[in-house]
Amino acid sequence: MNNSVHLTRRDFLKWSGASALALTAIPIFDQVALADFLGSDEAAQQYGILIDTTKCIGCRQCQIACQAKNHLPPLPEKIPAHETYPEQLSATAFTHVEFYKTGGTDDAPVFTSIKRQCMHCVEPACASVCPVGAIVKTPQGPVVYDADKCMGCRYCMAACPFNIPKFEWNSANPRIRKCNMCADRLAEGKLPACVEACPTGALKFGTRKELVAEAQARIGANPDKYVPYIYGLTQVGGTSVLYLANVPFDKLGLNMKLPETPLPDLTWQVMEKIPAVAVGVGLLMGGIAWLRNRKRGEEEQREGEGERR
Amino acid sequence: MFDQYAQFFNELWALFVFIVLRFLLPLAFLFGVGWLLWRFFAPQPVPSAAKPERAERFAEFVMRVRELPSIQIPELSPRQILGVFTVLMLWIAAAGFIIARVFWGLGTVTALSDTVPWGLWIGFDVMTGVALAAGGFVIAATVYVFRLERYRPILRPAVLTALIGYGLVIVALLVDLGRWYNIWHPIIMWNPHSVMFEVAWCVMLYTTVLLLEFSPAVWERFKIGWAQKLLHKIVVPLVILGVMLSTLHQSSLGSLYLIFATKLSPFWYTPLLPVLFFVSAITVGLSVVTVECSLAARAFGLKREDDLLAGLARASAFMLSLYLALKVGDLVWRGQLPQLFALSFGSFLMWLELLVGIALPLVILSSARGRQDARRRFRAALFVIGGILLNRMNVAVFGFYDYTIQFGTIYIPSLGEWVVTLALVAAGVAAYVLAVKLFPVLPREEAPVAAQSVAVKSH
Repeated sequence: MNNSVHLTRRDFLKWSGASALALTAIPIFDQVALADFLGSDEAAQQYGILIDTTKCIGCRQCQIACQAKNHLPPLPEKIPAHETYPEQLSATAFTHVEFYKTGGTDDAPVFTSIKRQCMHCVEPACASVCPVGAIVKTPQGPVVYDADKCMGCRYCMAACPFNIPKFEWNSANPRIRKCNMCADRLAEGKLPACVEACPTGALKFGTRKELVAEAQARIGANPDKYVPYIYGLTQVGGTSVLYLANVPFDKLGLNMKLPETPLPDLTWQVMEKIPAVAVGVGLLMGGIAWLRNRKRGEEEQREGEGERR
Repeated sequence: MFDQYAQFFNELWALFVFIVLRFLLPLAFLFGVGWLLWRFFAPQPVPSAAKPERAERFAEFVMRVRELPSIQIPELSPRQILGVFTVLMLWIAAAGFIIARVFWGLGTVTALSDTVPWGLWIGFDVMTGVALAAGGFVIAATVYVFRLERYRPILRPAVLTALIGYGLVIVALLVDLGRWYNIWHPIIMWNPHSVMFEVAWCVMLYTTVLLLEFSPAVWERFKIGWAQKLLHKIVVPLVILGVMLSTLHQSSLGSLYLIFATKLSPFWYTPLLPVLFFVSAITVGLSVVTVECSLAARAFGLKREDDLLAGLARASAFMLSLYLALKVGDLVWRGQLPQLFALSFGSFLMWLELLVGIALPLVILSSARGRQDARRRFRAALFVIGGILLNRMNVAVFGFYDYTIQFGTIYIPSLGEWVVTLALVAAGVAAYVLAVKLFPVLPREEAPVAAQSVAVKSH
């Protein structure tokens, strides 16, 4: 995939004139070819969440709403400011706000807060590896889990490049647990609980196409406020959860070394050859057996003739 | 450069401490108890007056148990009794751990966590177990496809070993799966994109094939003629199906790890994983058959099939050179040579795998003397088995260390995981001994006495 396209001014004016989506003079940053960045049409229409860390105040209302909606244990009354709680996502915490010191001095540090949860990838590794299809990418966008199908093999946990699926390690009927973008609420026309609870608008819900356009607009309107990059646009084939920030993303615990290929492609390259390999081996073995059988038959015939003489 | 050394020895030291605390100390405790029991019960001539009394009482106890009409206990030496006792304790402990795991979850019994969802039970019991059971399809193909009839005497033991191996893999899976009661789901719930789906189906089908391939021994024992005839008709297509299934799932166990592009160490992450797993499975299958034949011959006083094992050794040498070429070629082609020559825990394990696991047995088996001398051949086979065991553990466990250390975790198996694994291995050996006594599996020829005494001396 060509991921460094620089448009000349003439090309840009042509494009903005022709496109119905043309908004303002948006710089095309050095991330991905324009034609490809939204992925398929299907992916463009799927719902996602845009997380703008510059608007996040670290109030954790999203966390509180998520715990409540999913009947998870509530957060303690008082959590020290700027402390990530709980420190890790778990079977009882599908989302949390992480705090990173991104500026200031030791006496007066400046923190950036960032909400982390399942990225609802466009081509999720977890869904592709599940042997029984217990995790699926729904057409609407959320990646959801069905415990009734699950065997508890934990391949999804190992495969996720963001290490999101968590396990109920102390249960006799353990389930995989993770954010499901409130798929049931979406079916009723409501917003995900976290998005609804956010007081500052740091969380924005919409189709991937809308969110990317919105992100581009924000970057274009305030170029000194944002790093000109949308995290999640191209990571592992693109995710439905997108991030904006004013510091480099690796300072916020986001992995900038992920490949652009969707991870399922890595296995599909091999899996699609399985029928051919099976048939090929069968024919090869059958051929050898037939030839060797003939040879032995000839040998035995010769021996028989030799004995008769 | 000094930092490199410091980090390497730090990692090695940390690993050593963990292994001592989590594995060696509990084992030492177990063996300590066993040793105390031995000292207590073994009827050795001892100077003190009190000891013979205890030994006499034990011998009397054993005699009385032997005289019980319902129990037939063969003449066992104290050493054998201790061995049986240790294995029984192992099984009871494993049963306890498994019950705890079923009711109180995997986290109670294993060292697994959200950061490390797969551990010893997957890395060793499943991955290594399937690899070690590869001897079945190799020998079956040798006899029924390549029509090398002279290998027939080792066919049934090889198939039995494979069948038991796959049985252990399935039991280990039942213990490791969180929702084990759903293990049958892949039969009706399909995800053809998942490598694990394909592995599940192939293992299911292949275990059935192995049962059918072993069944002639059962029909022979119970003299069920029609079943014997029927099986004889379908045996060649059955074996070919077995080779197809084995090719698919041995390589697919490698393909399982293709999705871990962002997590597995570049020493072991390669698009060639399926090929490497398949080639190494054949290689180690030959070695397992060698070890199993040698041990069985010795244990049951039978003639060891030296010429057959020498033939297997030739095939092993060829497979080892192919495997070495593929592995080294892959490392060079992916530009991993500089990392191989840098000092790190990963490079240490890789060198160990290449030198001790492949190169050393290759050197031994390359010479005719190495192939024909039973001791050297046996040793070479052990090195191959150790090497493939290390390879599977590298791919499944150690290769993730550099990744998980970022989250502050290094996985060391818990006592429960070790006990269950060892108990399964012991159960496999016990099943083999039982099957060999119940069914006509081993060739009946007794080892000639002269040959036995020659075998004791070294060549």
